[in-house]
Amino acid sequence: MPGKLKVKIVAGRHLPVMDRASDLTDAFVEVKFGNMTFKTDVYHKSLNPQWNSEWFKFEVDDEDLQDEPLQITVLDHDTYSANDAIGKVYIDIDPLLYSEAATVISGWFPIYDTIHGIRGEINVVVKVDLFNDLNRFRQSSCGVKFFCTTSIPKCYRAVIIHGFVEELVVNEDPEYQWIDRIRTPRASNEARQRLISLMSGELQRKIGLKVLEMRGNAVVGYLQCFDLEGESGLVVRAIGTACTLDKLSSTAAFLPACNSPSKEMKEIPFNEDPNPNTHSSGPSTPLKNQTYSFSPSKSYSRQSSSSDTDLSLTPKTGMGSGSAGKEGGPFKALLRQQTQSALEQREFPFFTLTAFPPGFLVHVGGVVSARSVKLLDRIHNPDEPETRDAWWAEIRQEIKSHAKALGCHAVVGYSESTSICEEVCILSASGTAAVLNPRFLQDGTVEGCLEQRQEENLPAGCGFCHIPYDELNMPFPAHLTYCYSCRKQKVPDVLFTTIDLPTDATVIGKGCLIQARLCRLKKKAQAEANATAISNLLPFMEYEVHTQLMNKLKLKGMNALFGLRIQITVGENMLMGLASATGVYLTALPTPGGIQIAGKTPNDGSYEQHISHMQKKINDTIAKNKELYEINPPEIPEEIIGSPIPEPRQRSRLLRSQSESSDEVIELDLSHGKKDAFVLEIDDTDAMEDVHSLLTDVPPPSGFYSCNTEIMPGINNWTSEIQMFTSVRVSRLSNINLTNQTLNKNFNDLCENLLKSLYFKLRSMIPCCLCHVNFTVSLPEDELIQVTVTAVAITFDKHQAVQTTKTHVEKSLQRASTDNEELLQFPLELCTDSLGPHPFSPAKEHLESASSNSGIPAAQRATSIDYSSFADRCNSWIELIKLKAQTIRRGSIKTTVSVEKASPLTEGHFRQRSAPACANSTVGVVKMTPLSFIPGAKITKYLGIINMFFIRETTSLREEGGVSGFLHAFIAEVFAMVRAHVAALGGNAVVSYIMKQCVFMENPNKNQAQCLINVSGDAVIFVRESELEIMSTQQPIASCQPACGGGEIAT
Amino acid sequence: MTNELDIFVGNTTLIDEDVYRLWLDGYSVSDAVGLRVRSGILEQTGATAGVLQSDTMDHYRTFHMLERLLHTPPKLLHQLVFQIPPSRQALLIERYYAFDEAFVREVLGKKLSKGTKKDLDDISTKTGVTLKSCRRQFDNFKRVFKVVEEMRGSLAGNIQQHFLLSDRLARDYAAVVFFANNRFETGKKKLQYLTFGDLAFCAELMIQNWTPGAVDSQVDDMDVDLDKEFLQDLKELKVLVADKDLLDLHKSLVCTALRGKLSVFPEMEANFKNLSRGLVNIASKLTHTKDVRDLFVDLVEKFIEPCRSDRWPLNDVRLFLNQYSASVHSLDGFRHQALWDRYMVTLRSCLLRMYHD
Repeated sequence: MPGKLKVKIVAGRHLPVMDRASDLTDAFVEVKFGNMTFKTDVYHKSLNPQWNSEWFKFEVDDEDLQDEPLQITVLDHDTYSANDAIGKVYIDIDPLLYSEAATVISGWFPIYDTIHGIRGEINVVVKVDLFNDLNRFRQSSCGVKFFCTTSIPKCYRAVIIHGFVEELVVNEDPEYQWIDRIRTPRASNEARQRLISLMSGELQRKIGLKVLEMRGNAVVGYLQCFDLEGESGLVVRAIGTACTLDKLSSTAAFLPACNSPSKEMKEIPFNEDPNPNTHSSGPSTPLKNQTYSFSPSKSYSRQSSSSDTDLSLTPKTGMGSGSAGKEGGPFKALLRQQTQSALEQREFPFFTLTAFPPGFLVHVGGVVSARSVKLLDRIHNPDEPETRDAWWAEIRQEIKSHAKALGCHAVVGYSESTSICEEVCILSASGTAAVLNPRFLQDGTVEGCLEQRQEENLPAGCGFCHIPYDELNMPFPAHLTYCYSCRKQKVPDVLFTTIDLPTDATVIGKGCLIQARLCRLKKKAQAEANATAISNLLPFMEYEVHTQLMNKLKLKGMNALFGLRIQITVGENMLMGLASATGVYLTALPTPGGIQIAGKTPNDGSYEQHISHMQKKINDTIAKNKELYEINPPEIPEEIIGSPIPEPRQRSRLLRSQSESSDEVIELDLSHGKKDAFVLEIDDTDAMEDVHSLLTDVPPPSGFYSCNTEIMPGINNWTSEIQMFTSVRVSRLSNINLTNQTLNKNFNDLCENLLKSLYFKLRSMIPCCLCHVNFTVSLPEDELIQVTVTAVAITFDKHQAVQTTKTHVEKSLQRASTDNEELLQFPLELCTDSLGPHPFSPAKEHLESASSNSGIPAAQRATSIDYSSFADRCNSWIELIKLKAQTIRRGSIKTTVSVEKASPLTEGHFRQRSAPACANSTVGVVKMTPLSFIPGAKITKYLGIINMFFIRETTSLREEGGVSGFLHAFIAEVFAMVRAHVAALGGNAVVSYIMKQCVFMENPNKNQAQCLINVSGDAVIFVRESELEIMSTQQPIASCQPACGGGEIAT
Repeated sequence: MTNELDIFVGNTTLIDEDVYRLWLDGYSVSDAVGLRVRSGILEQTGATAGVLQSDTMDHYRTFHMLERLLHTPPKLLHQLVFQIPPSRQALLIERYYAFDEAFVREVLGKKLSKGTKKDLDDISTKTGVTLKSCRRQFDNFKRVFKVVEEMRGSLAGNIQQHFLLSDRLARDYAAVVFFANNRFETGKKKLQYLTFGDLAFCAELMIQNWTPGAVDSQVDDMDVDLDKEFLQDLKELKVLVADKDLLDLHKSLVCTALRGKLSVFPEMEANFKNLSRGLVNIASKLTHTKDVRDLFVDLVEKFIEPCRSDRWPLNDVRLFLNQYSASVHSLDGFRHQALWDRYMVTLRSCLLRMYHD
């Protein structure tokens, strides 16, 4: 019995009127945890009850503490009939279970009802007393920290990055139980909310156990999703990266060296050399595991082997197979061996991280992805979720084999997703094949780094571009050249990845958001026929998405994609594909060739003219884009670069527009034989359409940039203003004459218009950049397309941007120095760690480059102070009025009003301030961002993970302002509840925020609608850099107000 | 392809001041879009009409959701659903409670009842303010009135505390409440030349000097009603015109002091008794509700119009009124000096403010 949970109900405010006669409410509160329930007294006739209850104490197992949410129900007492529920608050007490996070949860929580939305607020204080438990066989995993952030959290350093952890739990969906026919929608919604909350808790606990088993203490890049499989059940699954983290501020409190390998040996359930033929896997019917495969046209999908299920290739498990490259060869083999030894002990060498400590990422192979179509059937035994496990295991094996085919032993930036329609489910996984530095994977293997010298001595920022595979034995024919930075190693001509741009990478100009959008009609079908149809369509979709991406990338004059995310959504009668990525020009890669259009029948004069006209337009667009994104690479004489390998193939990469229509994929084989044959059928209007659609993508208005990665390549002087938003659009397609073309156009317009709206709405923030733009597409009904976008707009200083574009080196240095806040931890650690054994280590060099430039950030910071202090000064007179009002009430004429200030640094203040005593408080600002950082601020503490699930339903849709009014209010409420929880933890921001699900269903005829939303993120405390400096100089300035003090309470 | 649903929700609620104004002014979404198009925003931003339509709808939806909170501004500060920076909250409240001069002049002094609300149609046509906007302004008046009607303490202070308005706006509302409560007639044709500012100025002085709150800050209704005792006492002033000796003495004192200083001295001398009678009679009749309501009509008829017809310059009016009030202190037979001052200080300032074309 290792824990005591204590809850105190303080007060309520703004309660709804429950008694029409008196226009008042007789409210009381039920506090439930597990099976235990406590009640407060009834506070009669008030909309602002003051319960001031005693401490309700629950003595519980820590297993329950992790699984169960604290459930607080506010009710209206009724003497004669049943008490009416006003609403509920679920509080996840997980953040109280690890020592470094929050110690108390205290604050105002919105009282939420699934039918009425938010109905007033309640002030609650929650504490947990944990007793030490020495039981080795415990089922709980208290103390393991969870982070949604997909990089090493800012105030920690990674001692070891252990690797992939995954788990899934299944259950029956309460909505589909027989009992649902007789209970109210409210009861059904609440049952669902509670169940998912419980399952999330259980999942997190189980993952935590796995982490403890690996001797880790944290999960980074934790991504939890739920699949609503309808009749067949509810699946909650999660993946993450287990790490051993060390808090930076705690001086040298080293964790005992964990020699994980021995422990991990147990974990190897599969054969060492997993059979890549996932095709034949499983006893299930062949239809149910349609892992489609086709041999892709080599010339397009080179880096992205996502469609490259090229199973005929023997995975290169044998190291140093004699096929060594020039200089790097022997080293590469050696490195590979080390890395492999570290990684091979893992079932899946996957990492959900997208940004890494410097030196971690050695080479990047390209995108690997796998999809499979499954038929859902009822999960008979929730305790044995084997089928779902097997499905995912299968896909992961495939990913692993793809990575091997690319000569890589690890997959980074790994993620998984599903799309469900009726009983068909598409499972997808994707990541970036990579070669990693073993140093971070195991403790005490630092000596292995000696060999790295050779490789990493090269000018910074090109190493990761170098091919990890052997050039004589390439997994696919790629066009290789010598690296444009170091001239020593081979690089591909384009690079696709799912990760963020490495901080040391050098780029030219700015990046931009690139999207490929695609629809394919599909016949309505049942069960297996449906699954077959989908499986057959998938390869074509993938192929076209890639072609589109490649063409658009070239049209932008860029040569690499980061943060690539391809989403395939299945609907009743169509499939949608949406790929988003951030295009950049990497200095290390060759200048992309232009796009050329060729016609098939040269004898047709007018057609020829048309073609040449198109060609001109395309060339103009490329030139314009180069100017727009400031891409002006230095001219390099061809001879220096050396001749392309392996065959002197035509360099110009032509637009494969002719083969964009699906019926032409048969021609793919052509590309194997006669490479230079560009066939364009005259009557192929599709191809024309595609070329047109290429040109219809309008660039954002001036002053705007957009990307889907954490930060925009080429912009490094962020100012402090941020605005996170969610925008949802549902479009109805006109039913008649739906063709692939009209569908494509509609979908394209939908996305483009949505972006245009965003640019318009946020125009007051110019110059600014939309970062982490995350599109999700769903097909809720036959003719409905729903697009949900979440992103953050960040302002930046334009003038500084102009100054910094001189040379790449300078720029990259500056970038490194701007980021030094985040990087600091690594150089620091590397410094102590690596000085001894190898004084010439690249890591040190890196450190030096960062520190030698420390003059620059100082200057930059100086301006940012101005900016933020300006924002801080925005001390509105509303507060003054309130103060005045109070003085008036007190009757004293002149009270010198000193606005309460607290140093946001000291936690004590936070605790005090969020204490319930401040009943008359204004609401503190809580920032939300999908990024892992807050510009112009330093995250001082992580308070725990926020993972919330809400259902909202209405039977009076019209009265609530129609579907738009309903969803607008709901999303605003979800934001409010997230903010309230963060504030109650003592935080002032959510980072790595993500809306993982937004399932919207409507029935306008019945005046009904329902929506489910799942969000997550990391609650943090941040301090403005300007304030930090003020704190450090010990000069309390009177006008300095904490801009965003957590749980901040003024007056 | 039509958008069935189209929303944008920011962590910080986006407020577009221009759209807010259009919404407050009572324009429909399509009218607002039209007006925005005409403002040239499309050319400035390169947006399309569709984008503008979607943006306007979105803002209108937000404002609609905020409106419920704006009815009780402290709720806007404490609510958790919309994260709005304090400066923006202040702007939202201030603009929501702002009113049109044309509208307020129509409603000032009228009973804030359903009956008046029915007349809003006419007021809308007459003033050119949209009916929707008229309704909002009227409801604001009524809401503020209801809340502070029976409250202790300073009227403007109470309004500011409960509605978080700026100092200026709170004082304007105090005037509106004061006028509505005392039902002063302001709509007569001869009063049309008075601006809301003039009347609010008078109301403020009257609240300061003529209400129970002026002498005791702990009574109910201290600022909304006129001080009954004071009005009763004002009857005592009648002696100033009823007693012929006193009246003559008063006149001679004023004339002596002002001789050579007024450009309209002869007219003043001729009119002195009429003017004095007018001002004193107004005071002595204020015990009747009917006469209280007609206060401003009487002031114009009995004092301002006669002076204006003789073309008194404003400065002469000022000199006269100063001397007129001051001379009373030299009247030995008159015992109500304090009362006179309480009456005359306010009245003098009001008259001076009201004395214009």
